[in-house]
Amino acid sequence: MHPAFSVIFLTTLIGVGQGLFLALFTGQSYSAVKLLPAATSAEFYSIGGIIALVFLIGGLIASFFHLGHPERAWRAAAMWRTSWLSREVIALPTVMGLLFVYSLMHYFNWDMVLFTSAGGVELSLSLIVGILGMLATFALFLCTGMIYACLKFLQEWHSPLTVINYTLLGTASGFVLATAFATYTAPGLLKFFGIWSIVITLTALITRAASLIRNRNIKYKSSPQTAIGVRHKNVKQIAMGMMGGSVNTRDFNHHMSALFLKSIKWIFIVMVFIIPTILIWNGIDTADRSILFTAFIIQYIGLIAERWFFFAQANHPQNIYYQTV
Amino acid sequence: MTQLALVIDLNVCVGCHACVTSCKEWNTSGTAGSMADENPYDKDPTGTFFNRVQTYEVGEFPLTETVHFPKSCLHCEDPPCVPVCPTGASYKREEDGIVLVDYDKCIGCRYCSWACPYGAREIDEKQKVMKKCTLCVDRIYDEALPEEERKPACVLACPTSARLFGDVHDSESDISVTIREEGGYQLMPEWGTKPSNHYLPRRKTRMHIHDDELERADNPLNKEQRKPHGPIDAPTLDDSTSW
Repeated sequence: MHPAFSVIFLTTLIGVGQGLFLALFTGQSYSAVKLLPAATSAEFYSIGGIIALVFLIGGLIASFFHLGHPERAWRAAAMWRTSWLSREVIALPTVMGLLFVYSLMHYFNWDMVLFTSAGGVELSLSLIVGILGMLATFALFLCTGMIYACLKFLQEWHSPLTVINYTLLGTASGFVLATAFATYTAPGLLKFFGIWSIVITLTALITRAASLIRNRNIKYKSSPQTAIGVRHKNVKQIAMGMMGGSVNTRDFNHHMSALFLKSIKWIFIVMVFIIPTILIWNGIDTADRSILFTAFIIQYIGLIAERWFFFAQANHPQNIYYQTV
Repeated sequence: MTQLALVIDLNVCVGCHACVTSCKEWNTSGTAGSMADENPYDKDPTGTFFNRVQTYEVGEFPLTETVHFPKSCLHCEDPPCVPVCPTGASYKREEDGIVLVDYDKCIGCRYCSWACPYGAREIDEKQKVMKKCTLCVDRIYDEALPEEERKPACVLACPTSARLFGDVHDSESDISVTIREEGGYQLMPEWGTKPSNHYLPRRKTRMHIHDDELERADNPLNKEQRKPHGPIDAPTLDDSTSW
């Protein structure tokens, strides 16, 4: 497939936003059940929430560049019964709305304890909004992943690993950003977020590697024989019916060399998983803000490469019809 | 229920591209607006087409055969491009099974073209909406046209009658009978899309001559030992081998 940068930025930016929100909410729920010191400032949640919202808005803006008619984008919520894209169009503003409310509640300290359990655990209103936000965030990850995973003839994508990788990679980048951000407002949580960042990044390495191995061994179901319905082991296209090219020759190909594709693969493996893990490990020891932000930036650039590779690697069966000019 | 469709006979198609040009001409002149061409007379021309004729070589030299293969939207009975559309612009008509795009609702997200394994959808780079074969829906119901012309433009243009048009759900229609009796098949059956358009395979007409057709096995003269001529390979007066 042709990797469109609008979609690459959409999926990576909202991934950071969703992951950052999950990190904030994880921090809050750990302190609610007193596994973490509750001394974290309200600014950590409110400013952090606004930063996550900015990433989501950035992703939303990027997505408009993908559309031929952005002014009609409101129509895209109509077919939520059948289309994962439509479901994403509903889930994204839902996450944004809940995130906005969550940030406001922390900023203005609009909160109240709904009830206190026997062990002294307080269930507050902001925690309820946070739980709703978390559910919406996971629903958004599911929708984004399923947009690709539901296309059964794009065999590289048609796997649960697609959804798992979207979720884990987005969450990892958000947690890395939360670690760097914690140096400003919640230094006590630095180690907590740092360790989680490493754990999620390495889990994502395992699932992404699993999908790379799966895709290397893929057996394609379609062939020139099934495409034109002639039973002979030698079926070769000698003309695609045009010389100028069309959408079919532009939109479904990355038009890069196999070597380029292979190098992008190794670049993203190093930049998304290996370098950030090492940098965070150093960064949480020294509490060095610049190292942690470098880790986030390197991982984000790596994620752009990862998403480029994700699209470029998928082989659409329609390409069988467009082999030779 | 009706399911209109085309049957394309690969045995007859000569690859002249008349269906391609006729399709483009009819659909670019229609009420739905033109099908954009970029740089039509310049370097790197490109444009939107609903129908293409491709050419394949089957076999190994020197035993090869050229197959001309027209390809347009197959109007699948279970079209994967329709449910993925977020706006409902892509739809399959209840009354005749034609898969259409509402150009006024399409947001140009290209998701349906990703969801079509046949590459039947092409985005119009000027109008920025997805387009595809309409089976000439603006022509086949037009009562201003004489009845024999109420067919898709490609079908009317084909000089060898390689394209047939009709209802594949009516088991007695001409195209259903043709599919049934001439071995009509669907493209990429592995994806379960159930294309309505069918293709007829190449069919060889061979003459089989058996030995007993050359030499009459039950010739009574064999027993009566009164054959007027010598052995079969011996020359005869009129080169006849009717013994």
